[in-house]
Amino acid sequence: MIVALILGFALLLIGIYGMLSQKNLIKIVIGFSIADTGTHIIIVSIGYLRNRTAPILNSAVDISKAVQQVVDPIPSALVLTAIVIGLAVTALMLSFVVELYKKRQSLSIDDYQELKW
Amino acid sequence: MIKKILIIFAMLGLFIVFLPLITNFEFSQNLSELASKYVRGSVDELNSQNVVTSVIVTYRGLDTLGEVTVLFLATAGIGFLLKKKNKKSKKRVASEILQTASSFLVALIVLLGVYIFTHGHLTPGGGFQGGVIIATAFLLLLLSDVNMKFNHTILQVVESFSGAFYVVIGIIGLVLTVGFLNSKIIPLGEYGTLFSAGTIPIIYSLIGLKVGSELTNILDTMRGE
Amino acid sequence: MISVTIIIVLGIIMIVAGIVALHLKNLLAAIITAGAISLLASVIYLILGSPDVAMTEASIGSGLTTIIFLYALNRVRKENKDD
Repeated sequence: MIVALILGFALLLIGIYGMLSQKNLIKIVIGFSIADTGTHIIIVSIGYLRNRTAPILNSAVDISKAVQQVVDPIPSALVLTAIVIGLAVTALMLSFVVELYKKRQSLSIDDYQELKW
Repeated sequence: MIKKILIIFAMLGLFIVFLPLITNFEFSQNLSELASKYVRGSVDELNSQNVVTSVIVTYRGLDTLGEVTVLFLATAGIGFLLKKKNKKSKKRVASEILQTASSFLVALIVLLGVYIFTHGHLTPGGGFQGGVIIATAFLLLLLSDVNMKFNHTILQVVESFSGAFYVVIGIIGLVLTVGFLNSKIIPLGEYGTLFSAGTIPIIYSLIGLKVGSELTNILDTMRGE
Repeated sequence: MISVTIIIVLGIIMIVAGIVALHLKNLLAAIITAGAISLLASVIYLILGSPDVAMTEASIGSGLTTIIFLYALNRVRKENKDD
Protein backbone atom coordinates (compact mmCIF):
# COMPACT_ATOMS: atom_id res chain seq x y z
CA MET A 1 0.00 0.00 0.00
CA ILE A 2 1.73 3.17 -1.25
CA VAL A 3 0.36 5.41 1.54
CA ALA A 4 1.92 3.28 4.24
CA LEU A 5 5.20 3.20 2.30
CA ILE A 6 5.29 7.02 2.17
CA LEU A 7 4.41 7.20 5.88
CA GLY A 8 7.24 4.80 6.73
CA PHE A 9 9.81 6.84 4.80
CA ALA A 10 8.52 10.07 6.40
CA LEU A 11 8.91 8.62 9.90
CA LEU A 12 12.38 7.33 8.99
CA LEU A 13 13.43 10.82 7.83
CA ILE A 14 11.96 12.45 10.97
CA GLY A 15 13.83 9.96 13.16
CA ILE A 16 17.16 10.50 11.40
CA TYR A 17 16.65 14.28 11.56
CA GLY A 18 16.02 13.96 15.29
CA MET A 19 19.13 11.87 15.80
CA LEU A 20 21.28 14.42 13.93
CA SER A 21 19.85 17.68 15.24
CA GLN A 22 18.99 17.08 18.89
CA LYS A 23 21.43 17.87 21.70
CA ASN A 24 19.76 15.92 24.48
CA LEU A 25 20.89 12.28 24.73
CA ILE A 26 17.40 10.98 25.59
CA LYS A 27 15.97 12.93 22.62
CA ILE A 28 18.50 11.18 20.38
CA VAL A 29 17.28 7.79 21.63
CA ILE A 30 13.68 8.91 20.99
CA GLY A 31 14.68 9.80 17.41
CA PHE A 32 16.20 6.33 17.04
CA SER A 33 12.97 4.68 18.19
CA ILE A 34 10.90 6.77 15.73
CA ALA A 35 13.23 5.75 12.87
CA ASP A 36 12.86 2.14 14.03
CA THR A 37 9.05 2.34 13.76
CA GLY A 38 9.36 3.89 10.29
CA THR A 39 11.56 1.06 9.03
CA HIS A 40 9.13 -1.53 10.35
CA ILE A 41 6.20 0.15 8.58
CA ILE A 42 8.17 0.17 5.29
CA ILE A 43 8.92 -3.57 5.49
CA VAL A 44 5.35 -4.54 6.43
CA SER A 45 3.83 -2.38 3.67
CA ILE A 46 6.05 -4.09 1.06
CA GLY A 47 4.49 -7.43 2.01
CA TYR A 48 0.91 -6.18 1.71
CA LEU A 49 -1.21 -7.43 -1.21
CA ARG A 50 -4.53 -5.83 -2.09
CA ASN A 51 -7.77 -7.51 -0.96
CA ARG A 52 -6.06 -10.26 0.95
CA THR A 53 -6.28 -11.39 4.55
CA ALA A 54 -3.82 -12.18 7.32
CA PRO A 55 -1.67 -15.34 6.92
CA ILE A 56 -3.64 -17.39 9.45
CA LEU A 57 -5.24 -20.38 7.75
CA ASN A 58 -8.27 -21.03 9.94
CA SER A 59 -11.83 -21.63 8.76
CA ALA A 60 -12.09 -18.10 7.29
CA VAL A 61 -9.63 -19.05 4.52
CA ASP A 62 -10.13 -21.70 1.86
CA ILE A 63 -7.05 -23.82 2.53
CA SER A 64 -6.74 -25.26 -0.99
CA LYS A 65 -6.61 -21.71 -2.43
CA ALA A 66 -4.69 -20.17 0.47
CA VAL A 67 -1.84 -18.95 -1.76
CA GLN A 68 -4.27 -16.61 -3.56
CA GLN A 69 -5.85 -15.33 -0.35
CA VAL A 70 -3.19 -14.32 2.18
CA VAL A 71 -0.59 -11.56 2.38
CA ASP A 72 3.14 -12.25 2.39
CA PRO A 73 4.15 -13.84 5.75
CA ILE A 74 7.91 -13.27 5.43
CA PRO A 75 8.02 -9.49 6.16
CA SER A 76 5.79 -10.05 9.19
CA ALA A 77 8.20 -12.65 10.53
CA LEU A 78 11.19 -10.37 9.93
CA VAL A 79 9.58 -7.35 11.59
CA LEU A 80 8.38 -9.36 14.57
CA THR A 81 11.90 -10.30 15.55
CA ALA A 82 13.21 -6.83 14.68
CA ILE A 83 10.81 -5.19 17.16
CA VAL A 84 12.06 -7.34 20.04
CA ILE A 85 15.69 -6.61 19.14
CA GLY A 86 14.76 -2.91 18.91
CA LEU A 87 13.54 -2.97 22.51
CA ALA A 88 16.76 -4.61 23.72
CA VAL A 89 18.93 -2.15 21.77
CA THR A 90 16.94 0.84 23.09
CA ALA A 91 17.33 -0.41 26.65
CA LEU A 92 21.08 -0.82 26.12
CA MET A 93 21.35 2.72 24.70
CA LEU A 94 19.42 4.12 27.66
CA SER A 95 21.68 2.34 30.15
CA PHE A 96 24.66 3.95 28.39
CA VAL A 97 22.91 7.32 28.76
CA VAL A 98 22.47 6.75 32.51
CA GLU A 99 26.13 5.74 32.87
CA LEU A 100 27.30 8.81 30.91
CA TYR A 101 25.14 11.02 33.12
CA LYS A 102 26.79 9.52 36.21
CA LYS A 103 30.24 10.44 34.84
CA ARG A 104 29.57 14.03 33.73
CA GLN A 105 26.25 15.10 35.30
CA SER A 106 25.05 16.30 31.91
CA LEU A 107 22.64 15.07 29.25
CA SER A 108 23.87 17.44 26.55
CA ILE A 109 25.89 15.90 23.70
CA ASP A 110 28.02 19.08 23.59
CA ASP A 111 29.67 18.13 26.88
CA TYR A 112 31.14 14.95 25.43
CA GLN A 113 33.78 16.25 23.06
CA GLU A 114 36.66 13.81 23.42
CA LEU A 115 36.27 12.60 19.86
CA LYS A 116 35.30 15.87 18.19
CA TRP A 117 37.12 16.34 14.84
CA MET B 1 25.68 27.04 11.97
CA ILE B 2 27.83 24.75 9.79
CA LYS B 3 26.27 21.80 11.59
CA LYS B 4 22.76 22.94 10.70
CA ILE B 5 23.63 23.33 7.02
CA LEU B 6 25.26 19.90 6.99
CA ILE B 7 22.16 18.35 8.57
CA ILE B 8 19.93 19.98 5.95
CA PHE B 9 22.19 18.67 3.17
CA ALA B 10 22.15 15.18 4.69
CA MET B 11 18.34 15.20 4.89
CA LEU B 12 18.07 16.41 1.27
CA GLY B 13 20.43 13.67 0.16
CA LEU B 14 18.45 11.01 1.98
CA PHE B 15 15.23 12.38 0.49
CA ILE B 16 16.68 12.19 -3.03
CA VAL B 17 17.83 8.63 -2.35
CA PHE B 18 14.44 7.56 -1.00
CA LEU B 19 12.29 9.26 -3.65
CA PRO B 20 12.89 6.75 -6.50
CA LEU B 21 12.30 3.92 -4.03
CA ILE B 22 8.77 5.26 -3.52
CA THR B 23 7.91 6.38 -7.07
CA ASN B 24 9.36 3.34 -8.87
CA PHE B 25 8.06 0.77 -6.43
CA GLU B 26 5.76 -1.79 -8.03
CA PHE B 27 3.52 -3.78 -5.77
CA SER B 28 3.36 -7.40 -6.83
CA GLN B 29 -0.02 -9.02 -7.34
CA ASN B 30 0.98 -12.51 -6.27
CA LEU B 31 3.02 -14.09 -3.54
CA SER B 32 6.65 -14.74 -4.35
CA GLU B 33 7.71 -18.33 -4.95
CA LEU B 34 9.31 -18.66 -1.53
CA ALA B 35 6.26 -17.23 0.25
CA SER B 36 3.90 -19.59 -1.63
CA LYS B 37 6.11 -22.50 -0.61
CA TYR B 38 5.93 -21.41 3.02
CA VAL B 39 2.13 -21.01 2.90
CA ARG B 40 1.63 -24.43 1.30
CA GLY B 41 4.25 -26.08 3.50
CA SER B 42 2.70 -24.68 6.66
CA VAL B 43 -0.45 -26.72 5.93
CA ASP B 44 1.03 -29.77 4.21
CA GLU B 45 4.25 -30.33 6.13
CA LEU B 46 3.84 -28.70 9.53
CA ASN B 47 0.10 -28.70 10.30
CA SER B 48 0.33 -25.17 11.66
CA GLN B 49 -2.46 -22.62 11.10
CA ASN B 50 -0.37 -19.51 11.63
CA VAL B 51 2.08 -19.19 8.73
CA VAL B 52 4.11 -16.48 10.47
CA THR B 53 4.73 -18.82 13.40
CA SER B 54 5.89 -21.64 11.15
CA VAL B 55 8.26 -19.27 9.33
CA ILE B 56 9.71 -18.01 12.62
CA VAL B 57 9.97 -21.30 14.49
CA THR B 58 10.75 -23.84 11.76
CA TYR B 59 11.75 -22.39 8.40
CA ARG B 60 13.81 -19.57 9.92
CA GLY B 61 14.39 -21.27 13.27
CA LEU B 62 18.13 -20.72 13.27
CA ASP B 63 17.62 -16.96 12.84
CA THR B 64 15.26 -16.95 15.81
CA LEU B 65 17.84 -18.80 17.90
CA GLY B 66 20.41 -16.14 17.00
CA GLU B 67 17.92 -13.42 17.78
CA VAL B 68 17.17 -14.83 21.23
CA THR B 69 20.94 -14.91 21.80
CA VAL B 70 21.16 -11.21 20.87
CA LEU B 71 18.40 -10.49 23.40
CA PHE B 72 20.36 -12.40 26.04
CA LEU B 73 23.53 -10.46 25.25
CA ALA B 74 21.69 -7.15 25.51
CA THR B 75 20.29 -8.18 28.89
CA ALA B 76 23.76 -9.15 30.07
CA GLY B 77 25.12 -5.80 28.84
CA ILE B 78 22.47 -3.84 30.71
CA GLY B 79 23.08 -5.84 33.87
CA PHE B 80 26.82 -5.19 33.54
CA LEU B 81 26.41 -1.44 32.96
CA LEU B 82 23.83 -0.65 35.60
CA LYS B 83 25.17 -2.21 38.76
CA LYS B 84 22.87 -2.11 41.73
CA LYS B 85 23.48 0.27 44.55
CA ASN B 86 22.19 -0.80 47.91
CA LYS B 87 21.30 2.65 49.08
CA LYS B 88 18.39 3.19 51.42
CA SER B 89 16.27 5.96 50.03
CA LYS B 90 12.80 7.01 51.02
CA LYS B 91 10.29 5.61 48.57
CA ARG B 92 6.70 6.56 48.15
CA VAL B 93 4.29 3.69 48.85
CA ALA B 94 1.94 2.81 46.02
CA SER B 95 -1.71 3.70 46.38
CA GLU B 96 -4.11 1.19 47.86
CA ILE B 97 -6.06 0.86 44.61
CA LEU B 98 -2.92 -0.21 42.76
CA GLN B 99 -1.92 -2.66 45.49
CA THR B 100 -5.34 -4.34 45.66
CA ALA B 101 -5.78 -4.46 41.90
CA SER B 102 -2.32 -5.87 41.27
CA SER B 103 -2.75 -8.73 43.74
CA PHE B 104 -5.85 -9.67 41.78
CA LEU B 105 -4.60 -9.00 38.26
CA VAL B 106 -1.08 -10.43 38.22
CA ALA B 107 -2.25 -14.06 38.05
CA LEU B 108 -4.73 -13.25 35.28
CA ILE B 109 -2.11 -11.43 33.20
CA VAL B 110 0.34 -14.33 33.55
CA LEU B 111 -2.46 -16.67 32.46
CA LEU B 112 -3.11 -14.52 29.38
CA GLY B 113 0.59 -14.61 28.52
CA VAL B 114 0.70 -18.40 28.84
CA TYR B 115 -2.43 -18.68 26.67
CA ILE B 116 -0.86 -16.51 23.99
CA PHE B 117 2.38 -18.45 23.72
CA THR B 118 0.83 -21.90 23.87
CA HIS B 119 -1.63 -20.97 21.09
CA GLY B 120 1.05 -19.38 18.90
CA HIS B 121 0.48 -21.87 16.07
CA LEU B 122 -3.31 -21.34 16.01
CA THR B 123 -3.98 -17.63 16.63
CA PRO B 124 -1.95 -14.42 16.23
CA GLY B 125 0.69 -14.18 18.88
CA GLY B 126 3.40 -16.44 20.14
CA GLY B 127 6.46 -16.62 22.33
CA PHE B 128 7.62 -13.03 21.96
CA GLN B 129 4.22 -11.46 22.63
CA GLY B 130 3.40 -13.89 25.46
CA GLY B 131 6.78 -13.29 27.04
CA VAL B 132 6.27 -9.53 26.97
CA ILE B 133 2.83 -9.90 28.57
CA ILE B 134 4.34 -12.01 31.39
CA ALA B 135 6.99 -9.32 31.87
CA THR B 136 4.24 -6.67 32.18
CA ALA B 137 2.63 -8.75 34.96
CA PHE B 138 5.89 -8.60 36.89
CA LEU B 139 6.11 -4.89 36.07
CA LEU B 140 2.76 -4.45 37.84
CA LEU B 141 4.24 -6.23 40.87
CA LEU B 142 7.25 -3.90 40.79
CA LEU B 143 5.02 -0.84 40.61
CA SER B 144 2.66 -1.88 43.38
CA ASP B 145 5.26 -2.97 45.93
CA VAL B 146 8.22 -0.60 46.20
CA ASN B 147 10.29 -3.02 48.27
CA MET B 148 9.66 -5.94 45.90
CA LYS B 149 12.76 -8.04 45.27
CA PHE B 150 12.83 -10.73 42.63
CA ASN B 151 14.65 -13.97 43.23
CA HIS B 152 17.28 -13.72 40.52
CA THR B 153 18.30 -17.37 40.89
CA ILE B 154 14.85 -18.49 39.71
CA LEU B 155 14.94 -16.05 36.79
CA GLN B 156 18.38 -17.28 35.74
CA VAL B 157 17.38 -20.94 36.05
CA VAL B 158 14.21 -20.44 33.95
CA GLU B 159 16.12 -18.41 31.36
CA SER B 160 19.06 -20.77 30.94
CA PHE B 161 16.97 -23.97 31.01
CA SER B 162 14.58 -22.73 28.33
CA GLY B 163 17.52 -21.65 26.16
CA ALA B 164 19.26 -25.00 26.65
CA PHE B 165 16.10 -27.00 25.87
CA TYR B 166 15.61 -24.96 22.69
CA VAL B 167 19.05 -26.02 21.46
CA VAL B 168 18.51 -29.63 22.63
CA ILE B 169 15.25 -29.87 20.64
CA GLY B 170 17.10 -28.53 17.62
CA ILE B 171 19.84 -31.16 17.98
CA ILE B 172 17.26 -33.96 18.43
CA GLY B 173 15.78 -32.82 15.09
CA LEU B 174 19.23 -33.10 13.56
CA VAL B 175 19.62 -36.67 14.82
CA LEU B 176 16.14 -38.08 14.19
CA THR B 177 15.05 -36.23 11.04
CA VAL B 178 16.62 -34.23 8.26
CA GLY B 179 17.66 -30.96 9.86
CA PHE B 180 18.31 -28.70 12.84
CA LEU B 181 15.06 -27.54 14.53
CA ASN B 182 12.88 -29.78 12.38
CA SER B 183 9.49 -29.89 14.06
CA LYS B 184 8.48 -33.39 12.98
CA ILE B 185 10.24 -35.30 15.76
CA ILE B 186 6.89 -35.81 17.54
CA PRO B 187 3.56 -36.66 15.81
CA LEU B 188 1.97 -33.73 14.00
CA GLY B 189 -1.53 -34.32 15.39
CA GLU B 190 -4.80 -33.04 13.98
CA TYR B 191 -4.87 -29.74 12.04
CA GLY B 192 -6.22 -26.87 14.09
CA THR B 193 -6.02 -28.36 17.58
CA LEU B 194 -3.81 -27.33 20.48
CA PHE B 195 -1.61 -30.45 20.41
CA SER B 196 -0.60 -30.25 16.78
CA ALA B 197 2.21 -28.91 14.59
CA GLY B 198 4.92 -31.08 16.15
CA THR B 199 7.39 -29.21 18.33
CA ILE B 200 6.24 -25.70 17.34
CA PRO B 201 4.15 -25.09 20.53
CA ILE B 202 6.93 -26.51 22.71
CA ILE B 203 9.63 -24.33 21.14
CA TYR B 204 7.41 -21.25 21.24
CA SER B 205 6.62 -21.85 24.92
CA LEU B 206 10.35 -22.09 25.64
CA ILE B 207 10.92 -18.83 23.74
CA GLY B 208 8.08 -17.26 25.74
CA LEU B 209 9.63 -18.26 29.07
CA LYS B 210 13.07 -17.07 27.95
CA VAL B 211 11.84 -13.71 26.65
CA GLY B 212 9.64 -13.20 29.73
CA SER B 213 12.45 -13.84 32.19
CA GLU B 214 14.93 -11.72 30.22
CA LEU B 215 12.59 -8.74 29.96
CA THR B 216 11.71 -9.03 33.67
CA ASN B 217 15.44 -8.91 34.35
CA ILE B 218 15.83 -5.79 32.16
CA LEU B 219 12.93 -4.06 33.94
CA ASP B 220 14.29 -4.95 37.37
CA THR B 221 17.76 -3.69 36.45
CA MET B 222 16.52 -0.48 34.85
CA ARG B 223 14.39 0.31 37.90
CA GLY B 224 17.44 0.22 40.17
CA GLU B 225 17.25 0.53 43.90
CA MET C 1 -10.81 2.58 0.28
CA ILE C 2 -11.74 3.15 3.90
CA SER C 3 -8.47 1.56 4.99
CA VAL C 4 -6.50 4.08 2.90
CA THR C 5 -8.40 6.93 4.60
CA ILE C 6 -7.65 5.50 8.04
CA ILE C 7 -3.96 5.18 7.19
CA ILE C 8 -3.82 8.78 5.89
CA VAL C 9 -5.47 10.17 9.05
CA LEU C 10 -3.32 8.07 11.40
CA GLY C 11 -0.24 8.88 9.35
CA ILE C 12 -0.76 12.64 9.64
CA ILE C 13 -1.20 12.27 13.41
CA MET C 14 1.96 10.14 13.62
CA ILE C 15 4.10 12.55 11.60
CA VAL C 16 2.90 15.54 13.64
CA ALA C 17 3.51 13.59 16.86
CA GLY C 18 7.01 12.71 15.66
CA ILE C 19 7.89 16.35 15.03
CA VAL C 20 6.30 17.42 18.32
CA ALA C 21 8.16 14.70 20.25
CA LEU C 22 11.49 16.02 18.99
CA HIS C 23 10.69 19.65 19.81
CA LEU C 24 9.07 19.38 23.23
CA LYS C 25 11.18 20.78 26.06
CA ASN C 26 9.56 18.46 28.58
CA LEU C 27 11.26 15.07 28.34
CA LEU C 28 8.37 13.22 30.01
CA ALA C 29 5.90 14.55 27.43
CA ALA C 30 8.29 13.70 24.60
CA ILE C 31 8.57 10.09 25.80
CA ILE C 32 4.79 9.71 26.04
CA THR C 33 4.35 11.18 22.55
CA ALA C 34 6.88 8.73 21.11
CA GLY C 35 4.92 5.91 22.78
CA ALA C 36 1.73 7.15 21.12
CA ILE C 37 3.43 6.88 17.69
CA SER C 38 4.09 3.19 18.32
CA LEU C 39 0.50 2.62 19.47
CA LEU C 40 -0.86 4.15 16.25
CA ALA C 41 1.65 2.13 14.21
CA SER C 42 0.14 -1.06 15.63
CA VAL C 43 -3.25 -0.08 14.16
CA ILE C 44 -1.55 0.38 10.78
CA TYR C 45 0.01 -3.08 10.98
CA LEU C 46 -3.44 -4.52 11.66
CA ILE C 47 -4.82 -2.81 8.52
CA LEU C 48 -1.84 -4.10 6.51
CA GLY C 49 -2.81 -7.67 7.39
CA SER C 50 -0.23 -8.69 9.97
CA PRO C 51 -1.91 -9.11 13.37
CA ASP C 52 1.18 -10.79 14.82
CA VAL C 53 3.26 -7.66 14.27
CA ALA C 54 0.41 -5.50 15.58
CA MET C 55 0.35 -7.42 18.87
CA THR C 56 4.10 -7.22 19.23
CA GLU C 57 4.21 -3.50 18.49
CA ALA C 58 1.33 -2.71 20.86
CA SER C 59 2.89 -4.60 23.76
CA ILE C 60 6.58 -3.88 23.17
CA GLY C 61 6.72 -0.64 21.20
CA SER C 62 4.21 1.32 23.17
CA GLY C 63 4.25 -0.56 26.47
CA LEU C 64 7.68 -1.74 27.52
CA THR C 65 9.75 0.80 25.56
CA THR C 66 7.90 3.70 27.21
CA ILE C 67 8.36 2.12 30.65
CA ILE C 68 12.10 1.64 30.06
CA PHE C 69 12.45 5.27 28.90
CA LEU C 70 10.62 6.41 32.04
CA TYR C 71 12.85 4.30 34.31
CA ALA C 72 15.94 5.75 32.63
CA LEU C 73 14.60 9.30 33.07
CA ASN C 74 13.81 8.52 36.71
CA ARG C 75 17.36 7.28 37.31
CA VAL C 76 18.83 10.41 35.72
CA ARG C 77 16.68 12.63 37.91
CA LYS C 78 17.62 10.65 41.04
CA GLU C 79 21.33 11.11 40.28
CA ASN C 80 20.63 14.79 39.96
CA LYS C 81 18.90 14.97 43.34
CA ASP C 82 21.62 13.08 45.22
CA ASP C 83 24.40 15.57 44.55
